[in-house]
Amino acid sequence: MIRVQLPANLQTLAGVGREIQLEVPAPVTQRTVLDILEEQHPALRGTIRDAVTKRRRPLLRFFACEEDWSDVSPDDPLPDEVAAGKEPLLIIGAIAGG
Amino acid sequence: MSKVRVLVGTRKGAFILTSDGARKKWDVEGPHFGGWEIYHVKASPANPDRLYASQSSGWFGQVLQRSNDGGKTWEAAGKQFQYASTPGTHTWYDGSPHPWEFKRVWHLEPSLTEADTVFAGVEDAALFKSTDGATTWSELAGLRTHETGPSWAPGAGGLCLHTIVQDPTSSDRMYIAISSAGVFRTEDGGQSWSPANHGLRSSYIPDPDAPVGHCVHRIAMHPSRPNTLFMQKHWDVMRTDDGANEWREISGNLPTDFGFVIDVNANEPETIYVIPITSDSLHYVPEGKLRVYRSKSGGEEWEPLTKGLPQKDCYVNVLRDAMAVDGLDPCGVYFGTSGGQVYGSPDGGDSWTPIVHDLPGVLSVEVQTLG
Repeated sequence: MIRVQLPANLQTLAGVGREIQLEVPAPVTQRTVLDILEEQHPALRGTIRDAVTKRRRPLLRFFACEEDWSDVSPDDPLPDEVAAGKEPLLIIGAIAGG
Repeated sequence: MSKVRVLVGTRKGAFILTSDGARKKWDVEGPHFGGWEIYHVKASPANPDRLYASQSSGWFGQVLQRSNDGGKTWEAAGKQFQYASTPGTHTWYDGSPHPWEFKRVWHLEPSLTEADTVFAGVEDAALFKSTDGATTWSELAGLRTHETGPSWAPGAGGLCLHTIVQDPTSSDRMYIAISSAGVFRTEDGGQSWSPANHGLRSSYIPDPDAPVGHCVHRIAMHPSRPNTLFMQKHWDVMRTDDGANEWREISGNLPTDFGFVIDVNANEPETIYVIPITSDSLHYVPEGKLRVYRSKSGGEEWEPLTKGLPQKDCYVNVLRDAMAVDGLDPCGVYFGTSGGQVYGSPDGGDSWTPIVHDLPGVLSVEVQTLG
């Protein structure tokens, strides 16, 4: 199972907790994970990536295994630890405010 | 027994305030969608249990919410707002061409007769329509593709379509307002549009009485007089009595004619309300005093309404969608401030009480009269 952690506002929107577990067939990439996530939680469509272009929204980042994957191709395989469910894919809202 | 339900959109969620017809004791429910900006919440006149809410975030984009039980529960509705054709460009702040880009829904206006039909005014300025309860949206592109569209430029808040007024005597006639393009009118249900700004003068544009380019902040209509509209412009309070063919100024003795809100008493079509704001660079009430101004003569002669409102050290703003009236007699008037207060008057403005003191900054206020 793939583990995905969501920021608080998206947890509220989707009606889920901090971490979601997803069954994602190989290859496990940002695109395949987000496709399954949006399929199972349609309220999240358009909130993480643009609904049409599928590009990451500018103020969100993707972290995994202490690395920033935000600007990596969405079709590159995620780390083995994420594919094995040992580490989560973190979806992070940029820090802002005051 | 009558009941009123006040729908409040704030910078950090939506709140629902309810009271009986006396409008003295209030229940406060919320926040709904905590942490999200709620630009507008509005109920269908055709089905008071059907509410629509515009939920947005700089991080996560636009979400639309729908309720079928008066706001007790909500479900995510459609949020695909795609321009109907290649968007092209409008004019940017520096005068350069700028691509049309969807940013957010400012205003939701449910049909007067069909609960599943709702209009959405968006930034960058365009009008969308749904006939399936906000599940899918189609642009009424005749507005954005008007020949003047490439010249439309944003106000400080963005190029937003923020006001939608339906003529209750003709479903084909509707007025919208865009900052800062001005008022447009359709006579064919939104297929084609004409600028309706004759009589407006705006010194901040090169041609002060140009057909378009005016920063209209809000327009309001009493349903019994669909040819009469009242306007709070960037500066100037205006009215028309011929369906926006010609506007005339009615600022009269207001302490300043800058402001955002304007509304009409539900029982007295010539009684109107504004909240003067100091200036376009000082977005707070003048002299530290929160005063609603009322005219019982359709403009020109205004009286300050201060009973129950802070009269010293007050520096709040009241945004364009943040005033509403109920349908009771005497008419209830409500408004919300940038400081998070929602004030209500059960007596047409003679006296005011804060319904809530400490909400997040208020973006919109609507009211339903039930029962």
